[in-house]
Amino acid sequence: MPEPTGAGVTTREFMLGEGSGTGSGQTLQVGVGPAHPAMHGIIRITTELDGEYIRKADVEIGYLHRAFEKDCEVGGYNNAIPYTDRLNYVSPLINNFAYASAVEKLLGIEVTERCRYIRTVMAEISRVCDHLTCVGASAMELGAFTVFLYMIKAREYLWELVEDVTGARLTISYGRVGGVKADLPDGFAAKVTSAFKQTRDVLDEVHRLLTGNRIFMDRMIGVGALTREETIAWGITGPLLRAVGVGYDVRRASPHWAYDRVEFEVPTQRDGDNYARYLVRMAEMEQSMRIAEQALSAMPGGPINVDFAGRPLDPAAYVDQGKQGKTEGLLLVPIRLSPNLQGQNRPAWERVNAADKRVVLPPKETTYGSIEGLMNHFMLIMEGYGIRPPMGEAYFASEGANGELGFYVISDGSDRPYRVRCRPPCLPPVAALSRMIEGEMIADLVPTFGSVNMIGGELDR
Amino acid sequence: MGVGSFFTSKLDEAIGWARKYSIFQYPFVTACCGMEYMATACSHYDVDRFGAGLPRFSPRQADVLFVVGTISHKMAPVLKRIYDQMTEPKWVVAFGVCTCTGGFYDNYATVQGIDTIIPVDVYIPGCPPRPESVLDGLMKLQDKIAAQTQRF
Amino acid sequence: MSGSEILQRLRDRFAVGVVETHEQRGDATAVVDRGALLDVLRFCRDEPAMGFDMLMDLTAADYLRYPGREDGPRFEVVYLLHALPHNHRVRLKVRVDEDDAVVPSAVDLWPIANWLEREVWDMFGVRFAGHPDLRRLLMYEEFVGHPLRKDYPINRRQPLIGPKA
Repeated sequence: MPEPTGAGVTTREFMLGEGSGTGSGQTLQVGVGPAHPAMHGIIRITTELDGEYIRKADVEIGYLHRAFEKDCEVGGYNNAIPYTDRLNYVSPLINNFAYASAVEKLLGIEVTERCRYIRTVMAEISRVCDHLTCVGASAMELGAFTVFLYMIKAREYLWELVEDVTGARLTISYGRVGGVKADLPDGFAAKVTSAFKQTRDVLDEVHRLLTGNRIFMDRMIGVGALTREETIAWGITGPLLRAVGVGYDVRRASPHWAYDRVEFEVPTQRDGDNYARYLVRMAEMEQSMRIAEQALSAMPGGPINVDFAGRPLDPAAYVDQGKQGKTEGLLLVPIRLSPNLQGQNRPAWERVNAADKRVVLPPKETTYGSIEGLMNHFMLIMEGYGIRPPMGEAYFASEGANGELGFYVISDGSDRPYRVRCRPPCLPPVAALSRMIEGEMIADLVPTFGSVNMIGGELDR
Repeated sequence: MGVGSFFTSKLDEAIGWARKYSIFQYPFVTACCGMEYMATACSHYDVDRFGAGLPRFSPRQADVLFVVGTISHKMAPVLKRIYDQMTEPKWVVAFGVCTCTGGFYDNYATVQGIDTIIPVDVYIPGCPPRPESVLDGLMKLQDKIAAQTQRF
Repeated sequence: MSGSEILQRLRDRFAVGVVETHEQRGDATAVVDRGALLDVLRFCRDEPAMGFDMLMDLTAADYLRYPGREDGPRFEVVYLLHALPHNHRVRLKVRVDEDDAVVPSAVDLWPIANWLEREVWDMFGVRFAGHPDLRRLLMYEEFVGHPLRKDYPINRRQPLIGPKA
């Protein structure tokens, strides 16, 4: 802030001319967004500037409202899974599994052990992707373009893993109510090891580039800070809450899937500014990889590489036979399929899906090989039938990449959800954004907004 | 007439060649397709080798408007304004199925295809399109740019 | 405290305000009378044994088409509270009729209620008395109607709003 010079005129007025002192009441309105280069999402921040200092900021959201909650009411319970992918689209697996777990809680069914471990592994891989994108994009906005390229390179390796398992890179629709789409493919553990090695190398490089970097530290330390009381009062969870010293992590507080069987730390910092949030995210990536490796090595249900020797029938022939009605003995014939495909043969299917006929589709041998299987499949797919949870409601909270991701599902006993509510973890930080940036300079808006990691799909749903 | 049209057609080709290999894109990123856009622009799939690697975040400085991600009714006036602010020659790429037809968001909040608001040159469907599809769409756009004739 | 203990404390303290409680699927839920809502919320936040310092979520549901509740109060505003020191949760609900859809605002207790209540107003049309700035959060201002109500068809189209001249 300006100090007066000897002539009774402030330095500011001396440099900028008369009447430009602070408190003259003239503010400049600068609108940031909705279309703006910080590639996190579309949001409109109308700032009132006094010189470079932001006096007031008004945040307007809703530019990506895609009616997620209304769309979920239109189809069946599994039909909502693709909509949940597109909520937090950088870590879609966590959304899938959280929604599926909410419906499973409402139904009162338990998934298999192996499915829990698979969900843990895939959720942690997704979390690393999210943090890579967040830190990479915010570093790019501060000028560190190399860091962005390195982190997106690491994300590509992880996306190759995700593609191996689910078939798609980004919008994967992998979770199902009662399990997951299919088992992990052969040789997955080795691929994970090599991908994580690459990711750890990249994180090491980024640490050397950013963590002690004078420019980075000057722009991030002390900027966009919130006190502990404010963070809690605003309902903020996730890395931003851990950056003020509260070690609240839903994976520890209400353990779900396989989180109570793996060892991991919950990194916290104390300052609550952007630098602390960056450090928390970097540490969390390492912990996520640790969780995924432990879960992979402890995965129950036998080794992933199952022996497929001696299969007499190939899948196309199997399906042909079934459709032609030549079904005697078809129930007993094993088929040669990668464990990665949906509708997989019975042992692989039962490893990852709950043993509940009202909820989970039967494996393909049963569908094509027996009339009961066919009827079961029909009753789950056709309109008017499907998964029918009992009337009531359930709330399931999981740890998304930004904080507590909760799904509140109300069922009216029919095959369509009555109400699906997604508790977006990035809504509280964006609501508190105006509080974070008031009093800072306009250039501080960029790292603060980057560290909030606003994902449009989740915020506006 | 023969000589005149030979020169003008060569000039058209030269201008087309220069334009198609120096695309300044304005990535109007809204949603999930933005992640695939980032992947296409970065080292693995590298859109820079097509000459399109420099995103200009100002409509005045860009010539191709990549509309990436769902456009909601709240965002549509902003898109129209950005399109109007771009100077000729300009092209529009509808990236992702939400911009082509609205995707599976057939509801009260989503514009059912941006071609209801602005003219589109290349449609890249996919939810999200793989980077290979994006590069294929970019190459189709380059063919379209190269084939344009100038009016003098 | 376990879910049933929390509900017992609420019932003991607010014998009239708490209309009913249940614990379906392990989630402690209490339906609260609208007049007692702010007192109950304040008690939940300030009482040390309850310690609900975080308002996790504030949402609503429209029970117009719910089998068995078509004639009852139409809207139900749901508060999900979480206590960081004790790691327990509670769900509070308030039922309001369609023609009297006003609920006292919780903005003074938790600042995040500002945006969450704006969203409920936007999507359902439930007003919050005492809210400083109740305008739409997700839809544009010229939007007519409240989309998440059951009688709003999902693909009703509204005229495109053009760029302001």
